[in-house]
Amino acid sequence: MNSSALDTVAGTPAAAPRAKPRTLKPGWFLVSPSVALLLLWMIVPLGMTVYFSLIRYNLLSPGENEFVGLENFEFFVTDPGFMPGALHTLTLVGSVLAISVIFGVLISALLEACEFWGRGIVRVLLISPFFIMPTVSALLWKNLIFHPVSGILAAIWRFFGAQPVDWLAHHPLMSIIFIVSWQWLPFAILILMTAMQSLDQDQKEAARLDGAGPIAIFWHLTLPHLARPIAVVVMIETIFLLSVFAEIFTTTSGGPGYESTNLAYLIYNQALLQFDVGMASAGGLIAVLIANIAAIILVRMIGKNLTDQQ
Amino acid sequence: MADLSIRNLQKGFDGHAIIQGIDLDVRDREFVVFVGPSGCGKSTLLRLIAGLEEVTSGTISLDGKDITDLAPAKRDLAMVFQTYALYPHMTVRKNLSFALDLARVDKATVKAKVDNAARILELERLLERKPKQLSGGQRQRVAIGRAIVRNPKIFLFDEPLSNLDAALRVQTRLELARLHKELKATMIYVTHDQVEAMTLADKVVVLNGGRVEQVGSPLDLYNHPANLFVAGFLGTPKMGFLRGTVGAVDGSSCEVQLEAGAKLTLPRQACGQKAGASVTLGVRPEHFNIVPAGEGQLQVVADVSERLGSDTYCHVRTANGEQLTIRVRGDFGPAYGQPLELAFDTAHCHLFDAAGVAIDKRSAAEQAA
Repeated sequence: MNSSALDTVAGTPAAAPRAKPRTLKPGWFLVSPSVALLLLWMIVPLGMTVYFSLIRYNLLSPGENEFVGLENFEFFVTDPGFMPGALHTLTLVGSVLAISVIFGVLISALLEACEFWGRGIVRVLLISPFFIMPTVSALLWKNLIFHPVSGILAAIWRFFGAQPVDWLAHHPLMSIIFIVSWQWLPFAILILMTAMQSLDQDQKEAARLDGAGPIAIFWHLTLPHLARPIAVVVMIETIFLLSVFAEIFTTTSGGPGYESTNLAYLIYNQALLQFDVGMASAGGLIAVLIANIAAIILVRMIGKNLTDQQ
Repeated sequence: MADLSIRNLQKGFDGHAIIQGIDLDVRDREFVVFVGPSGCGKSTLLRLIAGLEEVTSGTISLDGKDITDLAPAKRDLAMVFQTYALYPHMTVRKNLSFALDLARVDKATVKAKVDNAARILELERLLERKPKQLSGGQRQRVAIGRAIVRNPKIFLFDEPLSNLDAALRVQTRLELARLHKELKATMIYVTHDQVEAMTLADKVVVLNGGRVEQVGSPLDLYNHPANLFVAGFLGTPKMGFLRGTVGAVDGSSCEVQLEAGAKLTLPRQACGQKAGASVTLGVRPEHFNIVPAGEGQLQVVADVSERLGSDTYCHVRTANGEQLTIRVRGDFGPAYGQPLELAFDTAHCHLFDAAGVAIDKRSAAEQAA
């Protein structure tokens, strides 16, 4: 992407001197109020978080707010919950991304491939989980599906004569991955289905004449065509999945132990269960750092896809 | 060999008959052009031949083998689309080799074929580029190249020039004509542009409303249109039509009394019309002459004129309001409203009966030949 951008600039030297004065003209001045507002919006909370992270700030011992340097960071990182939390965050993001992209592509390809009665209804049904609040969907899964006594899965297990599994107790992280995937798969389907409709029909017909079967068309035409929307899905979902909280709070409360704790939940735990705002702020900053590392890696890997092509 | 024959082909979409029984033969190495107004079914007919649409009834056979229900890839045909339909994420080389790669042809053969097609179409230096880095004309050539590497029995073209600008269209038209000779290929070409039809075709098929109106060589169709539709469709500016009735008829000529006021005697050996039958006279713009007052057969009033430099197209109105176009020398330009007198070139006038079918000026023996 960078090289092509450079090429166009180098190829049209006349464009460079014309582009320069634009940054000095009223445009900059006119957007400055919104830029300033956004900057404040970001800087103030960030500054306060940095400040809190450097002082002792425990709600149980008010008034003792002395400067402690990086102690909060040290305690957060050495907290027994930190390593599992970080790992679970990565596992959660990675698995949900994999599930929503793979199944998203397959489901939207299937929907696109065949005309059948009620396709419109099926589309709406497929997309609707996205519009359900995280707390509500987590409760639905907890009480109606995973519950070892009243859940549907338990009923199925019993029907086949097996011992019902207490999913949230024995496979907490996997259960949460299921719940979150159920919510985010529709988003992937929505984006990919729309993208698939924009695939040029002539290209498909040309490929048919070239001897490509449905699988070859999927592999050589549909998938490359979907590269860009898949990149969009991965980017957007990553941003939201790094901060999954409600699903964990309503189902497992991060347990048993730290088995389903992610960083967001750990920070909540520090701030509002252990009342240590200073340490929670340090955790928040570490989470910001991790999110930024993830963002840089993603942009390196996928951003190319977004600016390149067509 | 590539002899295509279509028998009683029909195609309907949701109860609407698009193709209403077509019989057609395409011989080896022929350049056949389907032409007609939009919605006449010409593209559908091509897509039926390609196998992209399912046939409702009738048969298509290639070299005696029935291909009506065969998969598109197995028909040994290649198609060039109006939008080119290049694969956007593949290089030109990969675009060209895609069909061969799918057929698992060995690498050396693929390379030889791709290089050969690239040489013919002068694409050698573009092989590593992506389609988006090519101009319209270059994309068009890649699309043709993709057809060439498959070495098909018949090339199908679906309005391949309509996305090009005027200058490039003329150039590509010539290249296509040259390619047809060089490759000794059989080609079927769909267009709505009669200039392409006239210049490229060995055989023109004029379609209208899902039926074949006339099949023949371009000049044959131009000089002997079988009916009013073909007469009006081919030729720019359009042929002028004048209503009239048949007067005296004898074995060698036929008298026509025009509503516009003139009386003409046309050479017709087998007129087949009774006196008093209503007919339509068709005259092409180049078969009128503007003559001094008193020497012509028809008085008209000049409407606007289009002066092209080489020729002037004078639009005129007859006394009863019928519109005609006359093609005259470029230095002549009548004033708006100026009265003019016309003489007909009666040897080149066309006559159509009440049903719109041409009353041929040739004798039955000449027609058969």
